[in-house]
Amino acid sequence: MALPIYASPLERVWYYTFRVICALVLFFLIAPILIVIPLSFNAQPYFTFTPDMLAFKASGYSLRWYDTLLTFGMQFPGHVRDSTWWADLWQNAKWVNAAKNSLIIGFFATIVAAVLGTIAALGLSRPEMPFRRPIMAILISPMIVPIIITATGLFFFYSSPGFPFPYLTFHPFGLHFGYFSTQDEYGWRLAGTYIGVILAHATLGIPFVIITVTATLVGFDRSLIRAAASLGATPTTTFFKVIMPLILPGVVSGALFAFVTSFDEVVAVLFIGSPDQQTIPRQMWNGIREQISPAILAVATILVVISIAMLSALEILRRRSERMRGLTPQ
Amino acid sequence: MSDMTATTTSVSEALTTADGRPLKAALRRAQSLAKRRAFMLVLPLLAFIVVTFVMPIGELLHESIYNPDFHDNMPETVAWFAANPPSTVPDEAAFTALADDLKTSAAARTVAQVGTRVNYVMPGTRSLFTATGRKAKSLQPPYKDALIAADPKWGDPDLWATMRQVSSSYTADFYLAALDHTHGPKGNIVPVPADQAIYLMLFERTFLVAAAITFICFVIGFPVAHLLSVLPLRTSNLLMIFVLLPFWTSLLVRTTSWIALLQREGVVNDVLVYLGVIDAHGRLQMIYNQTGTIVAMTHILLPFMILPLYSVMRPIPPSYVRAARSLGATSWTAFRRIYFPQTLPGIGAGSLLVFILAVGYYITPALVGGASGQLISNQVAYFITGAGNNWSMGCAIAGLLLAAILILYWVYDRLVGIDNLKLG
Repeated sequence: MALPIYASPLERVWYYTFRVICALVLFFLIAPILIVIPLSFNAQPYFTFTPDMLAFKASGYSLRWYDTLLTFGMQFPGHVRDSTWWADLWQNAKWVNAAKNSLIIGFFATIVAAVLGTIAALGLSRPEMPFRRPIMAILISPMIVPIIITATGLFFFYSSPGFPFPYLTFHPFGLHFGYFSTQDEYGWRLAGTYIGVILAHATLGIPFVIITVTATLVGFDRSLIRAAASLGATPTTTFFKVIMPLILPGVVSGALFAFVTSFDEVVAVLFIGSPDQQTIPRQMWNGIREQISPAILAVATILVVISIAMLSALEILRRRSERMRGLTPQ
Repeated sequence: MSDMTATTTSVSEALTTADGRPLKAALRRAQSLAKRRAFMLVLPLLAFIVVTFVMPIGELLHESIYNPDFHDNMPETVAWFAANPPSTVPDEAAFTALADDLKTSAAARTVAQVGTRVNYVMPGTRSLFTATGRKAKSLQPPYKDALIAADPKWGDPDLWATMRQVSSSYTADFYLAALDHTHGPKGNIVPVPADQAIYLMLFERTFLVAAAITFICFVIGFPVAHLLSVLPLRTSNLLMIFVLLPFWTSLLVRTTSWIALLQREGVVNDVLVYLGVIDAHGRLQMIYNQTGTIVAMTHILLPFMILPLYSVMRPIPPSYVRAARSLGATSWTAFRRIYFPQTLPGIGAGSLLVFILAVGYYITPALVGGASGQLISNQVAYFITGAGNNWSMGCAIAGLLLAAILILYWVYDRLVGIDNLKLG
């Protein structure tokens, strides 16, 4: 939007003022995200830039908070860093365990959300789908209903013994993985189990999968399916060879959204999880509420780096999708 | 071929397929088969959502009207209430029933539950139940005198009216209480005393804060969305990172960084002191209050305003405004009469989305809200997992909040359509 040649002086002033305003808003958006990165290298336990940091002295910066992050909760953090130290880290370090939990829960929740969501999106984008609108409204509602309401509902629902998942009460192959229902004096229930948290997170991630996959299917040429069928492909072959490659960018970006939703979710974990399901957000939540230290900023920095990676992955997918569907960028 | 011409030319006969079935029936069959196939694809997810989402919400709503603590543990008293009309003065039979129930529930260790249930309606009665429960075993007939001797409060007609009120398992009392109302002495509905009325104030505050956030998001999001939509795609994609990166960054990270920025010894205060705007002793309290909540939530929800606005603004042809200018409109008139009306769908979509999300927000107010920044969601958490410890009350507040959200969701669906919800 170049300034037109006939612009009046007032319009010229406004043109530049407008750009300054926009720059300020973009600064407001990005500054809080980026500020945590230098602050996390603070050598002092402060949340602000120390004079040493501002003078770019090496003594003002340190990796101590990253070290705290790694060793927090370990039995012998001060030992020589040999194999026992690493074993101790893997077993006891709180943030390491939180990361393990977050990844396990996020992985399974994403699989459930992506598989169920993609199949449903295929049905929803068929022109003959009955009751499309109300069903869509129900499937998207976990995104709209406040998380506190969902978590409260799950809190009661999962506490009911043996219901509604009586089938999960056995241990597969006689093995106790610790990821299935817990049993106490009230019987079996999903509260305080990995399965419970995974199901809750899958529910929260599903709307994102539905939205991204149906958006990909809007530009989908249905005659491709008929073409495949006319060439002798079975519906399964058509799905994997024709439909799947075309909607894959939508599925993957939906799955990424679902994963991020799970990876960032704290309320449901707080309400229905036991201390076993200590995830990264939950650990952060405790950290912010109790003693907030720059170690939280170190976690925040790592998470910002992860989200930059996610955003880049999504951008690559978007371009790929546009290329495959023949929509060249302008 | 001759067959087909015969059927199509014959007016009296209905159209049939090659194997002789009427064409309409065959079509209907094929369509219903296609319908069923499409539905079968959606069914697994629908069942999943019903079990993991709709049923839990149903459980929540049930919990908000169902509290059997008194009904289940005081059966004889409940029976006496059922047998006698509300105005009956409690006689010896009533006190006998009460004493028997107190004995059994004290033995079963449920008397505190009963006391808590009565305490919700009539504060200060929990200790009455627990204290009498401890002595219940030694109570001797006549029970009326024995109970009144144990504590004169047992003779209070208000207490009996309250017990009658809570004796039913199903009750709308928690909704009444969530609306700052209660039952008056004559069973009529009256507002609670002003010093106890907090929920309507909290609802009002929640809606005002959400409206303020929506307005701020609109005011600062509109120019950015406009700029992004008129820049060349290459540049705007680059600037879009500024909007999308916050969108993809953890909520807790963003809340943490606002704590780091806004606290008393934080970056913003340091900069202000350095610039001489404020003096070192006059550092501003910008976090752990309503200001902190509004600033952090505006930052978190701003992408939800910018993205829908952008997707509406991008396809608006710039030639419309140029045409208006060429016909003599000033730039302000061209904006007001030509450009702005075309962006209204985006404004509606963005504002509704931001407002809906803001009304139910929990995490940010809980972490940076302090006392004045708490919203209605925080009250739900307070009753469910916090010190409030009154599940039915928490569920009733959640039920009211849910009703408000669903109305807004319905409006959103009517005005924008859920299909048009876009991410990134």
